[in-house]
Amino acid sequence: MGRRGPFVVALTIALAVVLLFLILPVVAIFVDAGPGELLRSLGSEQAREALWLSLRTTLAALAIIVLVGTPAAYLLATREFRGKAAVTTAIELPLVLPPAVAGIGLLAAFGPEGLFGAWLDDAGIELVLQTTGVIVALTFVAAPFYLRQAQAAFAAVDPNLLDAARTLGASEARAFARVAIPSAGAGISAGMALAWGRALGEFGATLMFAGSFPGITQTAPLAIFAEFATDFTAALALSAVLVAVSAALLLTVKLIGRTPLLGGVSA
Amino acid sequence: MTDGAPVLRLQLATALREFELELELEVERGSCLALVGPSGAGKSTVLRAIAGLHRPDQGRVALAGDVWLETAAGTDLPPERRSCGYLFQDYALFPQMTVWRNVAFGLAGAPRAQRRRRAEAALEAFGVAGLADATPRALSGGERQRVALARALAREPGALLLDEPLAALDARTGAAAARELAATLKRTAAPTVLVTHDFAEAALLADQVAVIDRGRIVQRGAAGELSARPASAFVADFAGAAVLFGVASTSSGGSTVVELEGGGRVASSDRAAGPVGAAVYPWEITLEPAGAGPHGSALNRLEARVTSVTEIGNRARIGLLASQPFAAEVTSESVTRLGLSPGARVTATWKATATRLVER
Repeated sequence: MGRRGPFVVALTIALAVVLLFLILPVVAIFVDAGPGELLRSLGSEQAREALWLSLRTTLAALAIIVLVGTPAAYLLATREFRGKAAVTTAIELPLVLPPAVAGIGLLAAFGPEGLFGAWLDDAGIELVLQTTGVIVALTFVAAPFYLRQAQAAFAAVDPNLLDAARTLGASEARAFARVAIPSAGAGISAGMALAWGRALGEFGATLMFAGSFPGITQTAPLAIFAEFATDFTAALALSAVLVAVSAALLLTVKLIGRTPLLGGVSA
Repeated sequence: MTDGAPVLRLQLATALREFELELELEVERGSCLALVGPSGAGKSTVLRAIAGLHRPDQGRVALAGDVWLETAAGTDLPPERRSCGYLFQDYALFPQMTVWRNVAFGLAGAPRAQRRRRAEAALEAFGVAGLADATPRALSGGERQRVALARALAREPGALLLDEPLAALDARTGAAAARELAATLKRTAAPTVLVTHDFAEAALLADQVAVIDRGRIVQRGAAGELSARPASAFVADFAGAAVLFGVASTSSGGSTVVELEGGGRVASSDRAAGPVGAAVYPWEITLEPAGAGPHGSALNRLEARVTSVTEIGNRARIGLLASQPFAAEVTSESVTRLGLSPGARVTATWKATATRLVER
């Protein structure tokens, strides 16, 4: 070890402050009421309803994102076309959009008075204040996380692998399904974990676009907001679950990042 | 199709970044054409155009009667509908599939039950059946090359395309792989186009060598011919090794002696038996005035006639003819001192250790 001068001490103190400040609220969630209380609160009808709704809506959003986003990301990663940079930027815009703006945007587009409101009404599709609306909001905010990861993962696939597949008799669709997707698997999985994490935490856009009705649009983050004034322990219990799931997702992303990428260089 | 008739025909013109690629070539059934040239000369683009991975601005590609590409008629078959076995430079094995599944990938048309059997038979032919359940990551460079060859040939392609097949291997593995590849090419009826930047590799593996520079074929012929009678300084500089053909046997001294076709003999420290090609680099060859007595350690001495003198900067490529054409490279000073000009008689000497043997 080198000498421990005052500068190193200052650095260490700074890191300690950062760690303490960032970890303390998370620890407090578990410690404030104690595990027994938390578990009891999770037994409440409203908590279970909110978690179940969160699970269903986030998985539905994730399914839509992966189903539509994967081929779209592949196109962006493997083709050059005019305006590609503009398209990529447009896709990334929701990443930096304030959630309230996202909510207003969704209302302006798909709300009853929105651009497509009349059209959706004619088609018999109701989004606002409906579970479907939650899924739309989640898809909107979470999709860019997946698209960015998937595009980068596809771009990193050795183009020779796809060419090899073609010369071995595979159509472009088969090369995509059998070679590109498995080769980009690690990046795609990380993208899914990130998008899912973002969808689970979604609050603002959902609240504005779909409202907060228990059992219909009140996902876990909205339930936390609804409970914290009246039943703080219930809010803590839901938060604890979200912390656990988020931590698990983060860990997944880290672990995927660490495994030597499928197709990576080896001895 | 008549035997020996041109099978793979190619004509293409396409704009590359810095120059126009424009060439025409034919490769006969059972023969191998090597495209040799510096990096960026457009060699790989030719292979990609044949396979359908690159669409030239204008051109025609046909295998026997099957037209794969004819820009004038709007014909452009996708790669999967052309019958090409393509060996990529880094072998491009699918990392997430086991070895046998890599091979079976190309056999998608076959009934499910047959695919594993056919894949294993293909691997068996390259001596790597034992690796069927391994993943590509676990293989050595040489093993990857064999698996990639097995995969490319398992479909029984109409044409075989090899992109720098030995470039990814270290020197030791490369020499052994070159011998095996030569044997494979001999067995393969499909017309083969080989791309390499290494003239020696081309000379050892191919029947015909075409030197390509900035998108154009500047000379085409047998390797020895190119080496001995280069059409330009560029070809002379590029046509590295000469290859002499003959039959090898082990001498009492332990080295290998090759009786050359047409007379003469060459010694090598490589081990080989039967018909071989003996490759030697021109810069390994020393020229002496004809009739000088043997001295020094060089085992190889061939009386030869000078057929050409091509200046390459401050040195010169001397085309030589003994029973077969070959070449030496000497300084401009030596050209003057020895009076080297077409018709002059010289003795070419070089060491047995500078002679690489490859079975034919």
